[in-house]
Parts: sequence; C-alpha cells; structure tokens
Amino acid sequence: MDFLTLLQVLDSTVRLATPLLLACLAGLYSERAGVFDIGLEGKMLAAAFLSAGVAYVTGSVWLGLFAGIAASVALSAIHGLASITFRGNQLISGVAINFLAAGLTVLIAQNWFKQGGRTPSLIGGGRWENITLPFAETLSGVPVLGPIYAELISGHSLLVYVAFAMVPLTWWILFRTRFGLRLRAVGEAPEAVDTAGVSVVGLRFAAVGICGILCGIAGSYLATGLQAGFVKDMTAGRGFIALAALIFAKWRPWYALGACLLFGLLQAVALRYQNIDLGGVVIPVQVMDALPYILTVVILAGFVGKAIPPRAGGEPYVKER
Amino acid sequence: MNDTVPAIELKGISKAFGPVQANKDISIRVMPGTIHGIIGENGAGKSTLMSILYGFYKADAGEIYISGRKTDIPDSQAAISAGIGMVFQHFKLVQNFTVLENVILGAEEGGLLNNSLSKARKVLKQLAEEYELSVDPDALIEDLSVGHQQRVEILKALYRQADILILDEPTGVLTPAEADHLFRILDNLRAEGKTIILITHKLREIMEITDTVSVMRRGEMTATVKTSETSPEELAELMVGRKVLLRVDKKPATPGEKLLEIKDLRHVDDHGVERLKGISLDLRAGEILGIAGVAGNGQSALLEVLGGYADATGSVKLRGQELPLSGPGSDGSARREAGIGHVPEDRHHEGLILDYTAWENAIFGYHRDAQYQKGLLMDHDAIRKDAEGKIERFDVRPANCNLAAKNFSGGNQQKIVLAREIERNPDVLLIGQPTRGVDIGAIEFIHQQIVRLRDEGKAILLVSVELDEIFALSDRIAVMFDGQIMGFRDPAETDQRELGLLMAGVTNTKEASHG
Repeated sequence: MDFLTLLQVLDSTVRLATPLLLACLAGLYSERAGVFDIGLEGKMLAAAFLSAGVAYVTGSVWLGLFAGIAASVALSAIHGLASITFRGNQLISGVAINFLAAGLTVLIAQNWFKQGGRTPSLIGGGRWENITLPFAETLSGVPVLGPIYAELISGHSLLVYVAFAMVPLTWWILFRTRFGLRLRAVGEAPEAVDTAGVSVVGLRFAAVGICGILCGIAGSYLATGLQAGFVKDMTAGRGFIALAALIFAKWRPWYALGACLLFGLLQAVALRYQNIDLGGVVIPVQVMDALPYILTVVILAGFVGKAIPPRAGGEPYVKER
Repeated sequence: MNDTVPAIELKGISKAFGPVQANKDISIRVMPGTIHGIIGENGAGKSTLMSILYGFYKADAGEIYISGRKTDIPDSQAAISAGIGMVFQHFKLVQNFTVLENVILGAEEGGLLNNSLSKARKVLKQLAEEYELSVDPDALIEDLSVGHQQRVEILKALYRQADILILDEPTGVLTPAEADHLFRILDNLRAEGKTIILITHKLREIMEITDTVSVMRRGEMTATVKTSETSPEELAELMVGRKVLLRVDKKPATPGEKLLEIKDLRHVDDHGVERLKGISLDLRAGEILGIAGVAGNGQSALLEVLGGYADATGSVKLRGQELPLSGPGSDGSARREAGIGHVPEDRHHEGLILDYTAWENAIFGYHRDAQYQKGLLMDHDAIRKDAEGKIERFDVRPANCNLAAKNFSGGNQQKIVLAREIERNPDVLLIGQPTRGVDIGAIEFIHQQIVRLRDEGKAILLVSVELDEIFALSDRIAVMFDGQIMGFRDPAETDQRELGLLMAGVTNTKEASHG
C-alpha cells in the first residue's frame, strides 16, 4: 500500500467516523445522565430524511440541517416524555423510535417525492461543500506533512470539523462546568441530585435534548454531506455502532474519539477492499462489517478492561421515602 | 438566636397515603441549640414527618414555622434555603465522585467548577477543625468507610449553611467507635448553636445524647418529654402502647455436647474477595453463640456457607459427621435435612417470597416433605392446615394465611420465617438479624422463642449487628472482623467498649482499654 492510498483510506476514515462520533457523543450525553438511548439510529434516520427533503426543496443546506435537528429533537422529546416523565422502559421507547423512524421516513418520502421512498439527489447548495483550509494548495508540495494537511486535514465539510471539535468541548462541559457535574451526578445517583435541590427531570431532559441535537447533525451529515440525498435505511446500523463505540469508550469523550476512528477505519477498509486476501485466506467483507460488534462483545466480556455504565442508567427516577 | 422562639415548629401536620394515615395532626416544637430525639417503631411515621420537613412530600394539612416565620417547603431547594440539612439513612452520595464534588453538587458558585472546588476545599478544612469532621477532600466516596461517608453527608449540610440538621437512623451502619465519634460531632454542633433532630429506634442513643425526646406511635405524636426526666422503660411503653420487657428473661445456659464443629472455614465470593479467612468455632447444645461485628465483615458469608448456599473450604462437622461444603449434598435442603435450620439475615430476599402467600411461605425449603404431597401434586389442604397452626402458635397477625407475605409487618414476617424453621425442630438453628426492622413488641416475642429453643437443648448461632441484642441473648460472644474471629468473650465479663474495639480489629483490648 503506498502513501497516497493510505492517506485516502484515512481520509475516508475521517468522513465515515464523523456520523459515528456525533451519534456516539449524543449517546454519551444521554447515558451519562442516566437515560439509555438505543434510538440513536432512528433519530439519525429521521434527521437524514428531513434534512435531505428540506435541503432539496429549499436548496439550502442550512435549512436542511435545522430541519434535521428539529426532526431528531422531536423524537428525543418523545423518548424523554416516555422514559423520564412517564417513567417508561427506556429500551422499549428507543426501539419504538427506531421503528417509527424507519417506517415514517420512507412513507413520507414516497408520498412527497414519489421516487420509491428516497429523496431526489441533492445538487449545488443542497449539499455541504468541502472546505479547503488556508495554504492547503501551497503546502501540498511539502513532503509527507503537506499531503497529510492537504488531503487528510483539509477538504472536509463543516460538519466534520464540528464533530471533531465536539470532543474537547464535551470533555470540558462534562468535567469543568456545573452543568457537567450535575449531568454526571444524575446518571450515577439521581437521589443525590434531588436532595441537593436540583431537578432530576430538568437535567435529564436537557441531556436528552443535547442528544437530539447531535443526532440531528449526524443524520444531516449522512444525507447532505457524506451522500447526496436520502435513501431508505441509509443509517445502516450506524446508531448501533455508535452505541458499541460508546461502550468501547467507557462513556468518555476522548475514548469515544478513538473508538469512532477505529470503527470508521474498519468501515473505510471494508469499503475500499471488499474481500481482503491474506495470502491464501480471504477475509470476506462481512467480517469487517461485523468487527465493531465483535470488539464490543470482547469488551463487554471484560477482556479489555471493564466498562462500567453510569450506575443509574436505564432506571427511571422515583423518589423513595 | 432567641431562646424562646423554636428553631422548628410544626403545627397540625397531617399526611395520608391512600387509606393509610401516616401522620395525624402532629405538632412539635424544637428549641434552637438542642438535640431533639424522635423515637418510634417502624412505620410510626417518623420518616414521613421528616420528609415533609425536607420538602419530599407535601403535607395534607398543617403549618411549618422556621425560627418563628411561617415557611412553605414545597421541595428540597426550599428546605435548604430555610437552613435545613438532612442526613438520610441511605446516603445520597455519588459513589464515583470525590468528596469535594459531592459537597458542591447543587451548591456550586457560577457555571464553572474551579472556584467552587477551591472554595469548598477551604470551607471543608475549617469545618474539619471546628467539628472533628476530617475527611480527605480528594478521596472518592466509594473508597471511604461508611462512617466517613456519613461525615461527607454532614459536611454537605454544613457547607449549605444548615442551622438545623436532621439525622435519620444515623448509627445503624456504624461501629460503636464510629457512633461515639458521631455523637462527639453532634455535641460540637450543638455547642455551636445548631439544632439537631435525631430519628432513631434505639433507646440507648436517645438517653445518651438528646435533650428532649418525642415519641411517635401509629402516625401520632404520643408524648414529648425532657430526656433527663424519662427512662428507657417509659419510652418503650410510650412507643408500643403497653408495658414491654426490655431485658430478656433467661436462666444460665447448660451447654451439652458439641453439635457443630467448624475448622478453618474459608470462602471466596463472586468478586474474588476472601470473605471468610479461616473461621474455627464450636457450638454446643443448649447454648446461644452470638456473633458480633459490623455488617460486612464475613458474618453473612458464614451464614450462607452453613445454610448451604455458598461454597467453602475447610471442615464443618455436625454431631461428628463431616458435611460437604461444595458440590452435591451441600445445598440448602440437604442442610435442612441434616438438621440445620436457617433464619436468613435478609428476610425479604432470602427468607420469604414476598408476593407469595403466608401458607406457601410457611413451607419453603421443606416443600418436598412427604406430609405436603398427594401423589404428584401438593396437598394444599394439608399445607394450609399446617400453616394455620404455625400462625396461631407464633401469634402472627393478622392470622390470615392467604395474605401475601408483603402485607405483613416486619415483625410478623419474621415470625412466619421463625415458625417455619423452629417447628421443624432443628438441632442447630442459624439466625441472622432476628429483629432487624421488627417492632419492640415483636422483638420481645422473638427473643423469648430463641431462648425457649436453647432451653430445649438446641444449639443456636446468632448473628446480629445490634450489640444490645448480642448481649441480651448470647451465652458466649464471638467477634468477627474482616473474615476472622477476633476472639470469644463471656458476656458477663465484657462490655460494649471492649467488643467495639474487637469489632474494629483491635485485638489487645485489655491494653487499649487501660491506655
């Protein structure tokens, strides 16, 4: 493999890791606050559809982004209502959201665009443009570092940079701000938050809301950045891979970056080399697709350290006597 | 502060949960700078009353006055700003946060943490010096002992500038030494003019530290008296509504043959922690051996191993016969068959199936006995009749064997378990925490049953975290600490202080008690 191929694979890794990273951080906020969310997939899908639809109709990728976020936040609100206000089962609510999104997106798309449940391809202003960072052209002649800067770091769409900037920002919010302290506390011991005179419900809704926004950005990126339009089930399990990455990352922002890059790399390799020939043994592409899940099982089995979820995760908070 | 205006005054507080009247027209005045005890049995309404004061529940009727001002307390935030701090029985701490983080949670200064943390560090240092409340500010809660965790709870309240501190059953989880330290802290707080409400069911604590005591029974405040003008006997009578015997009436033991011989018993739990580190003891017929110790020092593991639901190594002989400690023949029913009855520590999880009826619960563990079978099926009539007899003999109330176990009070649940195990006439009876969460009236009855069994020549292994209970019942006392037996003592020749030191792992108690 030559240097340029390597760069191309890594470049594709960055693109593919972006939606994973956004969804993973979305899940991180929600689960750190004690609300498990397996509806990441559904929220991304809804966002992907609505952002593509609105971007096509209005020709504005920004309006598309906002519509995508709105769709995702609306589903978050349902999840919050079901699992926080009415203390329902968080897993069931999440599953319901996934089904709802999978069905509704295709139904509305067919009704709206009559193209078999997809949106028309986006052109021009309907898609995110790649940003060329300053001096990318001039520096590309510099050996090694030049191509890395020009190919790998420069030339992505705005949302990619947003996603990567979210990592330090999330770390800072979680560990350096009052909001972060309370958010982490409410996922570990909501009764401590409650007796300290802080609203458990308010905090959890805030976390679920942030989760909705980030999932919205992730879905919009899929339909208006990575691809040019919405197709049926285009999230293709990314929401679940993001959840796997979240466990892999032990619910920590920087680890999440590492996990998402790793899973992005696996996807990039699978995309570029359909079947990998290792001198006689051919690894089929399905193995690469399954690797994130296999790695997660290995983690959960405790081979690579222990992943301890937030203690109050998955449980609705009921005041006890 | 004006000494004639009460720090807290409650007027006519009432609260009902459905048909249950938890608090009935309760009025109370707590003077500033005093320690006011509230005593009452489980379910008397103490915790409900305090939850109303801390804004967890809204009272149906009644008024709250703080330092003479009428105050509404709709939520915890309002209670905190009214200067009320609460130390719950089950601590409200974030386990993987540091002490500092727990202290500032909800009382942060501004949006960023840096300022709050450095301010809290300073304040904590002051408080530590002022009140003997030292805790490492950077330690994680999960690494702290229970006593230190409780200090963090008190620090949390003081950091929020609480003038009124409510403590709910604060000594339940503490060693005697830790409890003494807590009382010193409370003394210091009182000297500084803080007002303290102490909720407890332990008469000794009330007599030791409070200035005034209020007694609650069935949702009502039955009396408020000066501690110096009352006695434990009078308080017990006020709590229960009739005269109770606080001392257990028993003759000296007449120990017979060795029934149970335990040698070098070792047990490692599921987390790989060695819970029993070589326990050796003998148990004779006609004696009660009390195992004292702070919860979590291996007593539970000992009961589980002997009761047949945890594996171990070492040797256990019953009447000279070796019992298997793992593999076939080491389970609970084999132990019961061999003649070892077991009243487990946790009656809700191990002693009963709460959703099952009393008659079903009355045969668990013995449900394979021939007398309960009718061909392939169970003989429900026989089981019911059997249960009705047990209920009558053990005075279970209500005497209705069709009620689910969860509908009985703690004391009556315990009577069901005791009836099941005792009526099978075991040679050895293991009893864990026989009176935990049991009201005083029932305690009297349960203690009498245990002594009766001893007088019939049975061997009884009693595990209890209540030292008073150990002293009242035991003919011999063994103290456990960290999976080992620190020593055996004769109850007539030892005292709470010596046992307290043993429970904390100090072995040369003679020296320690002189120096």
